[in-house]
Amino acid sequence: MEPPDRYRPIVDDFEAFREACERPLPSVVRVNTIKASVADVRQALAEADITADPVDWHDRVLVLPEDPPGNNWPYFHGWIHGQEEVSAVPATVLDPQPGERVWDACAAPGSKTTQLAALMDDRGEVVASDNNLGRISALRSNTERLGATSVAVTHEDARNHSLSPFGGATYDRALVDVPCSCEGTIRKNPDAFDDWSLSHVQGVAGVQKGILARAVQATDPGGTVVYSTCTFAPEENEAVLDHVLGEEDCELVDYDLPLTHRPGVTEWQDEAFDPSVTRAKRIYPHHNDTGGFFCAKLEVTG
Amino acid sequence: MSNDSTTFTRLPATDAEREDEGRATRAEVVDFWAERFGVPPETFADYTFWERGAGKIWVYRGDPPSPVDVEGLGMTFLRTRQEHWKPTLEAVQRFGHHATTNVVHLEENEAEAFVAGHDQELDWDGDWGYLVVTHDLAGDPEPVGVGLYVYGELRSQVPKGRRRELDG
Repeated sequence: MEPPDRYRPIVDDFEAFREACERPLPSVVRVNTIKASVADVRQALAEADITADPVDWHDRVLVLPEDPPGNNWPYFHGWIHGQEEVSAVPATVLDPQPGERVWDACAAPGSKTTQLAALMDDRGEVVASDNNLGRISALRSNTERLGATSVAVTHEDARNHSLSPFGGATYDRALVDVPCSCEGTIRKNPDAFDDWSLSHVQGVAGVQKGILARAVQATDPGGTVVYSTCTFAPEENEAVLDHVLGEEDCELVDYDLPLTHRPGVTEWQDEAFDPSVTRAKRIYPHHNDTGGFFCAKLEVTG
Repeated sequence: MSNDSTTFTRLPATDAEREDEGRATRAEVVDFWAERFGVPPETFADYTFWERGAGKIWVYRGDPPSPVDVEGLGMTFLRTRQEHWKPTLEAVQRFGHHATTNVVHLEENEAEAFVAGHDQELDWDGDWGYLVVTHDLAGDPEPVGVGLYVYGELRSQVPKGRRRELDG
């Protein structure tokens, strides 16, 4: 059974969910506070006759109901960055602080990397990794346009992330926004379901487990790791958490998220997961009129 | 050193520490911004400077051991090893607020032409060479990029990939 129907057992108001998946999303931008304040951006957009509506859960996210995000003065100056609303969740949950050392394990094209740097007031060190040189070029160009001077980019498979370029230093926090089957982006990419297959879901879940495990290993005890996907498949979400909870020194922790969400599921088909996966959050398109998302916060204990 | 190397080498602090004769020093880079654009040297107190490829200088707000083998380190900042050193658009957008000399302020239509990559005739009684180009955005002058002023003309130095026909 293919998405979205396979999620009928875990999604409340399934018809509303399915209908929401078929509606397009408006343009959304994040204000890049490395270069400008929210007030400056709102004034500059108003000067260009671009309507910008705030969202109630995040003061740096603006909805542009009538315009594409990329062809105006604030964009050219790197004051704004096109970024889907729910994509702003994981960096916010990671909550990095100025001066910390943070790893962004699957960084390209850099929306979340630059958000991390902005949250850190561009002070500290964000190591941003990706395994694809073409996507790294997009990551570098976004980093430059947004003026992030605290980001170092590495080309590698995150499962084998090396600490050696920085003298072996480990991290205070890590963001693990993994490659996934992208079901949650269906409103932006109407063909997201076309190439869906269970074998792809199962294959990418193996990669996800390897990347999350490496992030836990590379983060200091007491440090924070955030795991996120833009997909609904429990195979890529709770099952990955369940696996890594069993293999690495970490635990899932609660966090606040002022968006309507549902807890992680503890059962899927014939599998049962660690009860703490309920601390993860599922974000569905019909609850907040956004894309779909999954986000979990872990503390490293070892 | 080839341009496709991923090795970043930290700039020596001063002449006395320089091993590669062609490599700029940190002191020279900071002096360049101070002398050409009036940017106070303390602006860069928290930053390190790195060269990757001949004459491509990067600015990074961190302090990794040198050399460091990565794909990117902060942002591109300055082109040296040529007669006239040239700041990048990114450097000017990020640090150009501190500039007090060799700054040319454009009207809206001129700024749009500049970003679209067009050269334009302009009265300018200051030095020829690379200028910080600003325009008004949200009520204040905002650095938009680098122009080259010669022979009565401001030549847009906006890289091809960054040029735009803005909506307004």
